This record gives sequence, structure tokens and C-alpha cells, in this order.
Amino acid sequence: MSARIPPGTFAAAALIARKDLAIEFRTRSAFLAALVFALLAIVIFYFAWDATAVSAIDLAPGVLWVIFTFSGLLGLHRSFGVEEADRAIDALLASPIEREAVFLGKAFANLVFVLGVQALAIPAVALFYNLPLTRVLGPLIAIAVLAAIGLVSIGTLFSAMTANTRLSELLLPVLALPFFVPVVLPAAQSTARLLAGRPVSEAMSWLRILIAFDIVFVVACALAFPFTLED
Amino acid sequence: MTGSPSARERRGSDWLLPVAILALIATFVRAIYFTPPEAKQGAAQKIFYVHVPSAFIGLYVAFGIVAVAGGLYLWLRDERLDRIAASAAEVGVVFMTVVLVTGPMWGKPIWGTWWTWDARLTLTLFIWFVFVGYLILRGAIEDPAVRARYSAVLGVLGALLVPFIHLSVYLFRTLHPMPIILKPGTPSLPGNMLTTFLMSLISLLLLFVALVRARYRLAETLDALEDEDMAESPVASLRAESVR
Amino acid sequence: MPPTIEASGLTRSFGRRVAVRALTFAVHRGECLALFGPNGAGKTTLLRVLAGLLRPTSGNARIDGVALPGGAAARSVVGLISHQSMLYSALTALENVEFTARMYGVLEPRDAALRALQRMRLQDRADSPVRSLSRGMQQRVSIARAIVHDPRVVLLDEPYTGLDEGGASALSDALRSLKASGASLVLVTHHLGEGLALASHTAIMRDGRFLTHEPRGDVELETYRETYREAVTR
Repeated sequence: MSARIPPGTFAAAALIARKDLAIEFRTRSAFLAALVFALLAIVIFYFAWDATAVSAIDLAPGVLWVIFTFSGLLGLHRSFGVEEADRAIDALLASPIEREAVFLGKAFANLVFVLGVQALAIPAVALFYNLPLTRVLGPLIAIAVLAAIGLVSIGTLFSAMTANTRLSELLLPVLALPFFVPVVLPAAQSTARLLAGRPVSEAMSWLRILIAFDIVFVVACALAFPFTLED
Repeated sequence: MTGSPSARERRGSDWLLPVAILALIATFVRAIYFTPPEAKQGAAQKIFYVHVPSAFIGLYVAFGIVAVAGGLYLWLRDERLDRIAASAAEVGVVFMTVVLVTGPMWGKPIWGTWWTWDARLTLTLFIWFVFVGYLILRGAIEDPAVRARYSAVLGVLGALLVPFIHLSVYLFRTLHPMPIILKPGTPSLPGNMLTTFLMSLISLLLLFVALVRARYRLAETLDALEDEDMAESPVASLRAESVR
Repeated sequence: MPPTIEASGLTRSFGRRVAVRALTFAVHRGECLALFGPNGAGKTTLLRVLAGLLRPTSGNARIDGVALPGGAAARSVVGLISHQSMLYSALTALENVEFTARMYGVLEPRDAALRALQRMRLQDRADSPVRSLSRGMQQRVSIARAIVHDPRVVLLDEPYTGLDEGGASALSDALRSLKASGASLVLVTHHLGEGLALASHTAIMRDGRFLTHEPRGDVELETYRETYREAVTR
């Protein structure tokens, strides 16, 4: 009998994240779909907007964060689909890893996914809306990461719950969007502050809500995850 | 194994419902004819007697029951807790819909706009969405155990969400000042109006409890019928075994 | 030596429906319990409980002395094969098996994965994405995945489904050598011949109970066929 030690929670989570990203990289379809959706939406919004009534700096933050939310949902939806298809989730749960590792691993893979879309879409917004992003790039990246963490915690958990229900593509947004309000609102409002040239400290009151949300819901979703598994 | 509910239980509603309705009628009569109109807002202000208690019941009582019953279900796995949560959610949605309808009805005659992003209205709107999502989720899942577990998770997380929406809406309104149309019912109400308000609160609460009980009994009956089906029909149990 | 798998009054219900009813049995090192029975008898549920996917409603079960649900300790010695492949279709056969090897903490996971694929005579298709493989080959990959960590307990739910002659013989060889090295098997199958060939004990299950449960030596094929047919069709 070979001496073997099953991976601990974080090591297992890393393996699962790597596996998910390998699958996503192999097919790329979900990432491309989310990215193309985001870019299309950004462009279409531009033409739906009267530049004389509302300036780019007023419009862009809202556009940016609402679109990220929807394109993120596209990606989150497939997160547990790959486990349901041939019941690979059973193999994961039968292996000697903690249930929380499955959540953490998948959430991390989703985080990379969402950040990947953001990394390409934010420059696109800057380009199409003529936004002076370079001077606020640092804080903007911080906001993007914080928002992505919130999105991904809720999205991964709800993806687990909706994966094998009827109407799962529709159910995930319906359930998740109210929970995204404390993410989108602070992200959009603080981005607006920054773009208007206000100091970072003014955006802090919004960011505090976002940070608190992240802390509470990462923990809550990780704890809730085992309840979404049959036992 | 429990048998089907008795004939009395099967009837659904009980003495509480007529009592609640009578109390409500009495309250409305008092509110319309015997309570003085408020100085600045006139007769339209009387919607306050429906709007505010409904908000309290929908947001705090109903949602509180959904969240607490859900949490207890995850711990104890007693299906009665799931039934209570589901019944409270359905009745709660109705009460919150009343809030969302009476809000504009109150605002329009006074300020001329149907909707303002009033803090309480906005919070109610978002929690209404959570409730509706809760009911849609339940509708999409057939396995009762899975349905109960997922609903409970959603209920508990929803309760965690409430303070964050509160904060977000509050901060938004602080930084983007808007007319405050719907003043919360403060204890500084004159005696007469306070009494009417309390009467309204109590009768609406009675109505809420009566409706939840009726809904609960209905759910009990339906579950019992479903269990009889499963016991008699091997096909139904086979189908159930093949799911997960 | 205590049995590797033992159950005593093991019950599992889903709400009011009882799927596994007070089962008591034991499987020792090197033994194989062949489990027959109609659909809906509770065989799959029993395997899922033993695999740690479901917890017992009442009674107890032990894997390697650890009471279920035993957490990581119990699950690390179990290999599970079900009628769904439990594979990731976008990844290659080797990647799937290697991933599982890593999840069980196998040393040198890549080599172990290649060896497992060799045992199932699939080494030539190691780098093919699973979705490009036939159903029978996917089943072979699934079996390789289940045995890559040299499990002491192997739970098999109709593993011969979809296998051609080559696959079936590779599977039987693998199971025989696992038995020889001391593993305990529980084999659910509709195929009397295959089941009895490997079994040291056999049982027919129906409505959550064992209708019969006896050592293989006591069973004569023809009469057993009759018993089985009766149990399934009544």
C-alpha cells in the first residue's frame, strides 16, 4: 500500500481550480462568449446614448459594472455544468477532500474567468468612451478585483444550486441579481467618483460596503456550499 | 408515518381568518371616518395605515420567519420548518406587493410622481425580488428534500443581504438627496392616529398569521397526498430513485 | 482480520421512502460481493452510502474500521465506478485519470495514471480528449480513474455496461488482480455470469432488502437463474 496523503483543503482547491481553468482554456467558448457579449453591449450602449445630455464620465461607470455583472453571469453558469454533465461531481465528492475545497477551487477559477473578461473589457470601455483611465488605473483595478470577488462568491454558490434545475440559465440571474446590488452600486459609484477626479477617500464610503460584503459573503457562501450537496 | 390531516385541518382556514378580516374592517372604518386627516398631506395620507404595517410585516416578520425557519431546517431537517418558511414566503410576497402598490398611490397625489427611490420602498423592492426568486426556485425543483435545502440556503443568505441593501440605499440617498416623501411612522404620532395605526398593525398581523396557517395546512395536505402516491406507486419511487 | 466493509442494520431513506432497509453484511479482504436485483431495489443507493456520498439514516457501516460517514479517511481507500462516466469530456483520458490520482494524493500521479490506463489497455488513447472516445472506451477510462489509487474497496455499479470483449476482459483481469492483492469488491450487475465469475458471496436485492445472501460456493448457476428471474419479475 503506497503511502499517500490526500491534499489538504487549499491544495485540493488549487487542483480543482487548475482543472476548471484547463477545461475552460481547452474549449474557450464560454470565455469568448462572455467577452464578446461584454464588448457588444458596451458598443451598443454607446449608440443608445445621447452624448449631449449625459457625458461619458457619467454614463460609463454604470455601463461598465452592469455589463460586467451580466457577462460574469454567462461565465458563472457553466461552472457547475461541467460537473453535472457526466456526474463528475460524484467522483469529486467521493474523493478524500473537504467539500469546501470544491467551492473554493471553483470560485477561484470563476474569479480568474471574470477578471479575464474585465481585463479586456475595461480598456475597451476606455477606448470607446474616451475615458482617461490611466490616472485612476490602480484604484480601478482594486475596485474590479473587489467586485469580482463578490460576484464570484454568490455566483459560484448559486450556480451549484441552479445547475440541475429547469430553466437554469434564467434562474441563475433571477436569484443572483438582487445579491449583486451591494456590489454593482458601490463599484459604479466609486468608479464615477474616481473618473470625476475626486480623491480616493471620497469613494471609500462606498468601497467599505463592498469590502464588508465580500468578507461576509465569501464566508457565508463557503459555509452554505456543503448544504447544496446531497447528503 | 403520519396519516392525512383530519377533516377539520383539511378545511384550510380557521376561526382566525374571519376574526382578522373583521378587525381589518373595523380598522379601516375607523381610519377613514373617525381618524382626522393629517395636516399637510390630506386624505391620501391614510394609505399610511396600510402601507407601513404591511412593510413591517413583509420585510421583518415574513422574511424573518423565512430566514429563521430556513436556518433551523438546515440544522434539524424537519420538513415542517420548510413548510412554514414556504408559507411565510408566499404570504409575505403578497404583503410586500401591497407595499409596492400603496407606495406610489400615496406618493402621486402628494408629490406628483409615481415612484421615488424612497429608502423603504427601494429596500422592499429588492427584497421582493429575493422573495420572488425564492418562490421561482422552489417551483423549479421537484425533489422535496433538495427544494427545502436550497430554499433554506437562499432564505438565510437573503437575511444577510438585507443590511447591505439598507446601507447601499441609505448611502445613495445621503449622497444624492431626494425628497423624502414617505415619512416613517414615528411614535410622535398624535394619540388618535397612533391608535388607528396600532389597530391596523395588529389586524394585519392577524391576517398574516391566518393566511400563513391556511397556506401551511394546504401544504401539509398536498405533501401527505404526494406521500400516499409514492407509497402506492412503485413507478413513482423508481423515478425518484433515478434522480441523483 | 476485521472485514474491510461491514454494515449492520444499515438504512437509508429519502423522506418517507426507504431505499436501503436494515442491511447487515460483511466483505473481507480479497472477497467480492455480487449484488443482483431489479431496478429500484436500492443497489445504487447502497453503493453511494458506502462511497461516502450519502450518509446512513440509521444503523452503521464501516470501511476499513472507520464508521461512515468517515470523512477523508474512509473515502481515501474507496474507488467508485458508476454507470455515468464521471469524466470531464474536454480533458484527455490521461488528464482525467491524473487529476483523480492527485485528488487521492497518489505519489507520482502521472505514472500511476499511465499504469492504470495500461491495465485497461487504453495507453494508445491516453492523449485523446474523452469526448472523442467511444462509450466503451470512456467506460474503460472511468475504470482506470477508479483504480488509479490502488483502492482497498472498489464499488462497481454495472461496470460492464457498454464494454466490448476487450474492455470486459480488461476489466475482469483488473478486478481479479485487485482481489488477489486484498481489495474488497461490491459488484452490482445485471449479468449473472460475470457477477458469479468474480463473486465470493452473492445477494439478490429487492425493495431495499436482501432476498437471498449466500456464499458463491452454495450457488448453482441454473437454479440461481430461476431464483433471480422470479425475484426480478414478481
